Amino acid sequence: MEDLNFQHQVRARADGTRQRAIVGVVASGNLEVLVERSLPDAECVVDIKTAATGFGAVWSAVIGDFVERYSPGGLKFSINDGGARPDTVSLRLAQAVRLIAEAGQ
Amino acid sequence: MTSWQNNRAARDARVAAGAGIARGKVVEAHDVTRLLEAVIRPGDRVCLEGDNQKQADLLSRALLAVDLSKVNDLHMVQSGVVLPEHLDLFDRGVAKRLDYAYSGPQSARIARMLFGGKIELGAVHTYLELFARYFIDLTPHVALIAAVSADREGNLYTGPNTEDTPTVVEATAFKDGVVIAQVNEIVDTVPRVDIPADRVHFIVKANKPFFVEPLFTRDPAAITEGQILTAMLAIKGVYAPYGVQRLNHGIGFSTAAIELLLPTFGERLGLKGTIASHFALNPHPALIPAIESGWVRQIHSFGSEVGMDDYIRARSDVYFTGSDGSLRSNRAFCQTAGLYACDMFIGSTLQIDLQGNSSTVTTSRIAGFGGAPNMGADARGRRHPSEPWLKAGAEADPDGSALMRRGRKLVVQIGETFGDKNVPLFVEKLDAIELAEKLKLDLAPVMIYGDDVTHIITEEGVANLLLCRTAQEREQAIRGVAGYTDVGRRRDYGMVSRLRERGVIRRPEDLGINPLDADRSLLAARSIKDLVRWSGGLYAPPSKFRNW
Repeated sequence: MEDLNFQHQVRARADGTRQRAIVGVVASGNLEVLVERSLPDAECVVDIKTAATGFGAVWSAVIGDFVERYSPGGLKFSINDGGARPDTVSLRLAQAVRLIAEAGQ
Repeated sequence: MTSWQNNRAARDARVAAGAGIARGKVVEAHDVTRLLEAVIRPGDRVCLEGDNQKQADLLSRALLAVDLSKVNDLHMVQSGVVLPEHLDLFDRGVAKRLDYAYSGPQSARIARMLFGGKIELGAVHTYLELFARYFIDLTPHVALIAAVSADREGNLYTGPNTEDTPTVVEATAFKDGVVIAQVNEIVDTVPRVDIPADRVHFIVKANKPFFVEPLFTRDPAAITEGQILTAMLAIKGVYAPYGVQRLNHGIGFSTAAIELLLPTFGERLGLKGTIASHFALNPHPALIPAIESGWVRQIHSFGSEVGMDDYIRARSDVYFTGSDGSLRSNRAFCQTAGLYACDMFIGSTLQIDLQGNSSTVTTSRIAGFGGAPNMGADARGRRHPSEPWLKAGAEADPDGSALMRRGRKLVVQIGETFGDKNVPLFVEKLDAIELAEKLKLDLAPVMIYGDDVTHIITEEGVANLLLCRTAQEREQAIRGVAGYTDVGRRRDYGMVSRLRERGVIRRPEDLGINPLDADRSLLAARSIKDLVRWSGGLYAPPSKFRNW
C-alpha cells in the first residue's frame, strides 16, 4: 500500500453543480474515484491509496496531464486503486469530471 | 552395383516389422509402444503431431514408454510442443534434438530445459518455415498423427481440425516414411477422406478422443474499456482509410474487441461492405455477430475452434466445408493465404522496442512463433495489386515511380501501453536479446521485425511508421504512443507534436473519437451467452466458458 497526494493550481473551475460523484470499482486492475466539489475554484487535490508501490512518478505524470487537460478547479479526488493501469486511471478521472459536470446535487 | 532405392527398402522393412503387431493396419491401443519400438530407429526424425490445437496424445504417451535400448536420441520435428509428454521425451532420453514452431503452455519449461542442456535446439520456426523444411532437410522418417476416424483400409477423416495433418503426411509418406495415425473410432465408411489410405501404414483406436484446446475463444465479458478504445482507433484510423477487406486477426482481446465493434461502431461509420469481409482466421466465436450482420463474406481457417462445429456447418457460405458439411481447415494453406492474399495483419505482442521490433519471448518463457511472423510480414514475392497494399506502398515511398513501387502489407501491432500486472509493452531492449545471449543463439527470437511493422496502436493513439523518414522519427513516433511507460515519458515532446501535425501520430481526438465513448455498451456481444444468442443457439461453448 502507498498513499500519494497531489495538489495543483488550476486555471478554471470545473463545470456543473453536482456536489459529488463516484465512478469505477475497487478491484484488481481497476479503481474507484470519489470526486467532491469542496475546494476553492483555483485548486485541485488528488488523494490516492494504491495497492501498488513505486509508481509515484507515473501517477504524477498521469495527474499532471489530467489537470492540464480538464482543468478540474474546485474538485477533490479520492482514489482507491487496485493496481489499475495508467490509461484506466486517466479514463476514470475523465469519467468523474464528466459525471460531476452534470446538473444536480 | 549402386542401389537407388535404399530408403524404400528401409521403409518396407519398418512396415514389415510393425505388421506383426497389427491386424491389417489396425493396432490395439495397448500394443502401440511395441509398434513404435518396431518401427522407429534410434536417431530418427519423428513428427509427433502436436499442432496448434489438435494433439496425438495417445501416441505421445506410447512413445514416452518405449524401451530406451530400442528407441533413443530422436530428432523431433513438430510444429507444437504443447503437452507435458512432448518434453518428458527429452527428460527421459527418448528424444535429443528439437525443431519446432510453437510451445504455448510449455513455454516456461522449454526455456528451463534449453538452459539445462536437456534439449539440443535446432531452431524455432514459423509454421510455414517448418513445413517447408519438412520437404527439404527435416523430412520425417516417422509421422505420428491424429484423426477423428478411419476405415479399415486406413482412409482418414480429420474432422474440422485438419490443421497440419495433410502437410505432415505429404512429406512423410512420399519420402519413404512411415505414417501412424491415432483415431477416435474405426468406422465402415469415413464421412469424407482427408488423408487417402495409401499414405497411412498403421491406425490405432484411442480409448478417448484426441485432445483439442479452445485457444481462440475470448469472453467478451473480459474486454476492457481500454481495449474498446484501441479497437475504435484501429477501425477508424486504419481499417477505414486503407479500405482493408482481406485480413488476419491475432487472438488477443484487442482484436476480439474489433470483431465485436464491427456491427455497432463500424456500422455507424457506414463501413459495412468496405472493410473486414475476407479473413484468414480460425473460427473465432467473437466474429459471430459480424457474420450474422452480413459483414463477413468468406473465412479460411488454420484449424477449428471447440464449440463452433454446428455454427460452421450452418454457415457454409462463409466457411470452407467438406462434402460431409463439416469444416475443412489446413494450416499450411491458410498461412500461405495470410502471407500472400491478406492486406493486413493486426495482433498483439508482449514487447515492442524503439525500432518497432516485437517479441513474445521473455527471459523465462520461449513461446515460439507459431504463424504470426508469416502473417505479420511483407511478402516480398507478392505481385498482385490491391488498394490498401498500393496506398501503404505509396506512403512509404511517395517519390517512387508508381509503376515500379512495391506495395506494402499493413502490419499492425495493437495493445495497451501496460499489460498484465502493469508490465510495460514498450521497452528499450527486448528480453529476446538477453535470451539469445544466454542461450548463445545465432538469432534473437524476434516475432515481427520493426521494418515490417507499419502501424502501432495504443490507447494513446495510432503511430503510422510508413510516414517516418528517419530512424529518429520512427523512435519518436513509437515513444509518442507509448503512454506513461518509461519509453513514453522519455519522448521528445516537440518532435512528437510535429509528428502529430504531419499525421504520423493521430490521437483519439484527431480521429473524432472521445475516449469517454469507449464503453462496453458498444460491444455487439457482452458475454459468451450473447454470442450463443447471436448464433441462434448453434454455438456450443465449452463448459469453462459457461456461467449460466
